[in-house]
Amino acid sequence: MEIPKDRRYTRTHEWVQIDGDVVTVGLTDFAQNELGEITYAELPESGTTIAKDESFGVVESVKAASDVYAPVSGEVIESNSAASDSPEVINTSPYSDAWLIKVRVDDASQVESLMDAETYEQFVASSGH
Amino acid sequence: MKRTPLAERHEASGARMVDFAGWYMPVQYGSIIEEHRTVRTAAGLFDLGHMGQVDVSGPDALAFLQYVATNDVSVLAPGEAQYAMLCYPDGGVVDDIIIYRRPSGVGFFVVINASNADKDVAWLHDQVAARDDLQVAVTNISEDLGMIAIQGPLAEAIVARISTVDLSGQAYFSCMETTLNGIECLAGRTGYTGEDGWEFYCPIAQVGDLWDLLMETGKDDGLKPIGLGARDTLRLESRMPLYGQEISTEINPLEAGLGWAVKLTKGDFIGRDALAAAKEAGLTRRAVGFRVTAKGGTPRTHYPIEVDGTQVGEVTSGSYSPTLDANIGLAIIDRSAAGVGKPLDIIVRGKPVRAEQVKTPFYKRAAQS
Repeated sequence: MEIPKDRRYTRTHEWVQIDGDVVTVGLTDFAQNELGEITYAELPESGTTIAKDESFGVVESVKAASDVYAPVSGEVIESNSAASDSPEVINTSPYSDAWLIKVRVDDASQVESLMDAETYEQFVASSGH
Repeated sequence: MKRTPLAERHEASGARMVDFAGWYMPVQYGSIIEEHRTVRTAAGLFDLGHMGQVDVSGPDALAFLQYVATNDVSVLAPGEAQYAMLCYPDGGVVDDIIIYRRPSGVGFFVVINASNADKDVAWLHDQVAARDDLQVAVTNISEDLGMIAIQGPLAEAIVARISTVDLSGQAYFSCMETTLNGIECLAGRTGYTGEDGWEFYCPIAQVGDLWDLLMETGKDDGLKPIGLGARDTLRLESRMPLYGQEISTEINPLEAGLGWAVKLTKGDFIGRDALAAAKEAGLTRRAVGFRVTAKGGTPRTHYPIEVDGTQVGEVTSGSYSPTLDANIGLAIIDRSAAGVGKPLDIIVRGKPVRAEQVKTPFYKRAAQS
């Protein structure tokens, strides 16, 4: 399972990468593997306001639908149409091609409360998987 | 959780195991979509050790089955099988079953769903007690038997290499006794995938050997183990009902479109009067198939269905269909809304998603040569 060191992670298996006041959000390799083949992704349009810890989108696999939670509060400035048009890319490239949204954050320090790669790896290992 | 004798093999293959009706079963070994395609294009092997089996014997075995089952069991010649349902007096469904008349002609063998096994056996024993005019014995033989299905266009060629009896000409919905590398099996030419194949029943102590034998024999043909995830998408494309979804205590066989397995004129059976009355009064609901035509997600069981903003029914089963590369489903809706080509709005997470009613099955295999 791949966990890049250059980003932070949530307990609900999203990753974030910060660049100034813009945060890119995606699903982790662990999440895509747990979900299985993703057949549908519903993402917010740009301009949508999202709130930390609330659902901002949905991904569906053959067996189930799962919410995707906002790691930060802010305004969506871009939604990745590659991920919604070809959701299987979330399985094949969760950390690069299949980023989900870019968010202009209200407060960049929100990201600091998220887990680093090492902590996330321990979190995944300890959650019984 | 109960385990089949094959559980260690599934774990060793890296299967994701889940609790299914109290059984520790593989939902997928890898990719559900790839497993689905394997069965459509090559062959797949299924551990069905969770399914239940009941022996029905005695001089009045036929009369008893005629009384508890919806189909006409009297038409079965030795070795023939049929699909039927057990109903409650109100016409609701206890379970759907396959009845085999044993090849010897003496007695019957009934296959029941894992999720209903305890309930079915208790129900059948209650009916035996209620019909003390009949000499019949109903015995739960689930723990004595292993059950493995092989399904797919290459199943026949694989089985031909190891079966002492030539099964190639065996009719669909029939059973034959054969031996596979020394393992005595009852071979039912049935399945739950829409493909050709068999369901094999063997002594439970030998089911591990049978699994290994089939896997080894079929490995060069691309035979792979298949989990319950693909089993569900395969049966849905072939429009085979799943108990608790297409049929239940709330959805009777006639509404579900299974009237072909209900013989109202064969004589009395449990549920007949209620079903005959429902037919006479005119059915208010119908089971239909649909294909989602807009983007918006996958229909799932119990999602509401609307037409012009008014609820007309709900989804009974829905999934992404690997064969059609589209979202499909079955639904129970008001009769007035039913009709091939007519639109439905599936309410997915509060939002209507447009679908069109289509002919079923969604998938039908090419006719055998």
